[in-house]
Amino acid sequence: MKARVHVTLKKGVLDPQGQAIAHALGTLGFAGVGDVRQGKYIEIELAETDRATARARVEKMCAQLLANPVIEDYAIEIAE
Amino acid sequence: MKAAVIVFPASNCDRDVAVALAASMGRDPLMVWHRDADFPAVDLIVLPGGFSYGDYLRAGAMAARSPVMAEVIRRARRGVPVLGICNGFQILTEAGLLPGALMRNAGLAFVCRDVHIRVETTDSVFTRRYAKGAILRIPVAHHDGNYFADRATLEALEGDGRIAFRYVEPDGRVTAAANPNGAARNIAGIFNTTRTVLGLMPHPERLADPLLGGTDGRAMFDGLVEALA
Repeated sequence: MKARVHVTLKKGVLDPQGQAIAHALGTLGFAGVGDVRQGKYIEIELAETDRATARARVEKMCAQLLANPVIEDYAIEIAE
Repeated sequence: MKAAVIVFPASNCDRDVAVALAASMGRDPLMVWHRDADFPAVDLIVLPGGFSYGDYLRAGAMAARSPVMAEVIRRARRGVPVLGICNGFQILTEAGLLPGALMRNAGLAFVCRDVHIRVETTDSVFTRRYAKGAILRIPVAHHDGNYFADRATLEALEGDGRIAFRYVEPDGRVTAAANPNGAARNIAGIFNTTRTVLGLMPHPERLADPLLGGTDGRAMFDGLVEALA
């Protein structure tokens, strides 16, 4: 199965890259753009066939490497 | 004194810091490759600047989980002094030896120039040869030097006197203009609780010889030799 991991900056952590993107969108004429936050998307192929076990393993991967808990949150999606 | 410089793929200040260490120590440091899970006993471990593992995922993230770092972490916890410069500082935060994180520079640009930093405490093996409040001119060269930590961590760092260096104006004033990367409270370097681990973004090894145009970095290496010899 496949895991999809979204890593995003925690609320309250300044995201200058997101701000630059918001600014550029404004320059291009896109009106009504509010806060923009930039993150990371990671896909992981897993040999595991049990969804719960797969999720638990990816949780561990996030805690140990994929996200930095000081500044980032993560969300995990398990797909077939 | 014996020192080890840890070399990761895409470290690029490892030889610079080896030259600076050799000048102060009178002997060459040991160069230790990132795959070496063990290395001889030393009095000082240095994590050099560079872009280890291409800054993949996050600056320092891969290096912090490399085989050699498990041993560096063990020795740091036993009290062996560890100095992390630039990418070395990023690795130390990723490895959990120092609190906080180093984020993309607030201005988004890579910053490569001399800055002024103020010595906030001389009570460490790294800063003992400086005068308290001394203003040093030292180069920075980084894209991710924006020090971040939550309020409680910052208060603890301040309260314990664990801020080693702050970015300042040449006259010593702490201003936003003197801050090259948006670092919280103009922090350029911090210690762990025992002040045996120092991480800093500026490069003392780049101004440790008159031929390089300045020697403000030299006292860090001389102080280490004095303390650890």
